[in-house]
Amino acid sequence: MIEARGLSKRFQDKKRGEIRAVDNVTFSCQPGKIYGLLGANGAGKTTTLRMLATILEPTDGTAIVCGHDVIDDPEKVRANVGFLSTATALYPRLSSQEMVEYFGRLNGLDEATLKKRVDNIFNRLDMNDFRDRRCDKLSTGMKQKTSIARTLVHDPPVMIFDEPTNGLDIMTARTITAFIRECRNNGKTVIFSTHIMSEVEKLCDTIGIIQSGKLLVEGSLAQLRDKYSEHDLEEIFVKVVTPHYVAEENN
Amino acid sequence: MSIRNVGIVYRKELTEAIRDRRTVVSAILVPLLLFPVLSVGFGALAVALVGKAKDEVPKVMLRGGDDSPAVVEGLRKLEKIDIVPETPNWKDQIINKEIRAAVEIPAGFQADVAGQKSDTVKIYNYDGELKSEFATEKVEKYMKEYRDQVIKDRLAAKNLPDTVLKPFEVKRENVAPPEKVSGAAFGGIIGYMVILLCMTGAMYPAMDLTAGEKERGTMETILSSPISRTHLVLGKFFLILTAALGTAALSVLSMGVSFSVLSHYTGQTAGGRAAAAGFLLHLGPKTVISVFLMALPIAVLFSSVLMTIALFAKTYKEAQSYLTPMTFVVIIPAVASMLPGVELTSKLSLIPILSTSLLCKELVAGTYHWNLIAIIFSSTCVYAAAALFIAIKMFQRESVLFRS
Repeated sequence: MIEARGLSKRFQDKKRGEIRAVDNVTFSCQPGKIYGLLGANGAGKTTTLRMLATILEPTDGTAIVCGHDVIDDPEKVRANVGFLSTATALYPRLSSQEMVEYFGRLNGLDEATLKKRVDNIFNRLDMNDFRDRRCDKLSTGMKQKTSIARTLVHDPPVMIFDEPTNGLDIMTARTITAFIRECRNNGKTVIFSTHIMSEVEKLCDTIGIIQSGKLLVEGSLAQLRDKYSEHDLEEIFVKVVTPHYVAEENN
Repeated sequence: MSIRNVGIVYRKELTEAIRDRRTVVSAILVPLLLFPVLSVGFGALAVALVGKAKDEVPKVMLRGGDDSPAVVEGLRKLEKIDIVPETPNWKDQIINKEIRAAVEIPAGFQADVAGQKSDTVKIYNYDGELKSEFATEKVEKYMKEYRDQVIKDRLAAKNLPDTVLKPFEVKRENVAPPEKVSGAAFGGIIGYMVILLCMTGAMYPAMDLTAGEKERGTMETILSSPISRTHLVLGKFFLILTAALGTAALSVLSMGVSFSVLSHYTGQTAGGRAAAAGFLLHLGPKTVISVFLMALPIAVLFSSVLMTIALFAKTYKEAQSYLTPMTFVVIIPAVASMLPGVELTSKLSLIPILSTSLLCKELVAGTYHWNLIAIIFSSTCVYAAAALFIAIKMFQRESVLFRS
């Protein structure tokens, strides 16, 4: 369960002055559902998700994740969240198993539970062949699996994916999308950001379109199709975003 | 829970550090090899070179002296000197090192001496050239002995005793114990090396654990785990501190071993005993422990400062360009402590690095100024704590962690 309440993030930039990366964003995500945050590059997706994962602190507003406030209780929030993005790399000199174990320990798992969890995950994701191989010697697919295992080791009820398939080849990307679906089927609350329309169409129960830090529209795919009388999500996206995009360009 | 987290981070960073060739080289291999290579290698090289220079029979050209057969005969009889006949290009020959020196006996020298007329014997040499120095010394010594003999003969002729010219003797005698003498000479170097190696040991992991983590994209991964940022930075800090102290400890150890090997080795050869006395360092366990204890707050200071600076960098390369100038910040006060005449005072004991370096010099010489030790230890601790506090604060700042 995620509830963003008036979530805002302002940065000070030397050249451009104050930047509202995220501006008063309110939404909620339910267990067993996938919420897709759709937006162009620089729209504010990453900043929003980083605030939910408490990697960044909101300047205004807040979010409640599994009953914990991201400002007051960031460590408890992180203990309930699995965070995965293409930017979350692995430690090159640890083996795949050591990497997963490290995060299990940081999540407070005792050694017996940790061993059970790790064995279970490595079997399930078919990772036993490269358990002891160093992360810098893994293929992209193996790295992604290790990252998935890392986010799963503490069995978090909330999963946050920030452009998880960015820059991956189709086969690796499919591993990720399959994993996202599996999370939903296991009753987890899932939020993910992307700029790839097909992913959103295939996966999301609710879609939020974000531009210039503002959440412009929210609804299921069917609701959005109805509202904009368009079938194609890309057309809907362009219709929603263009007025704001033009306004921003003129600024 | 909190100590457990710091321990988890520390263990993981240690695992990664041991698997990293660059850390192993800078924290283990460099200190282990530096001292043997520097002291034994360089010392042996110096002994060998000086010995070789002394063994060579230098050619000395004789100019004039045809009417002074006794002096010339004496010069020719000198051991390990090869007197060669005069050639017109003698100056070039000295410069080109074909001959090592030339001695010029003025015309009618012996007659002048007999007639009590003062003359000048000139020795031409190549200043600062070792082999030329040896040749010149020998010739000079002979000429002075000859002069002394002339004086003696003259005194004897007038029935005067030797004491007319030498009414009394002046002698100096060292009363400082040998460890203080060698401490004054080498103590500065030891403090300097320990401080510098503390720094170089901390440098690489400081960059790897901060800027390196940003560069590899693992910063966001670790920040998404429930560990608090304070625990994370402390775990990293302890690893950097371990590297700094490990480097310093290994360097002290290897220094002790190489010095004792060196003094043992030179002590066995006949001429080496005098040289060994100069090198002899009484690095007892008490000294080693004191130096190490004083290095502790300095290591904390270096680790925190280097980590904080490196944290600002986005890449390993950027961190390197920030930290390299820091080496000079450390070297300058450490070198200043080696200058002759710079002594430890209560004012100087407030200056970090310089104070520790000066104190190491005293400790090696076996002097314990407890009040100054207390000031230095506590002031350095205060600086170190402040630096660590700043490091922790910086780690909470998004503008530092996610600088773009």
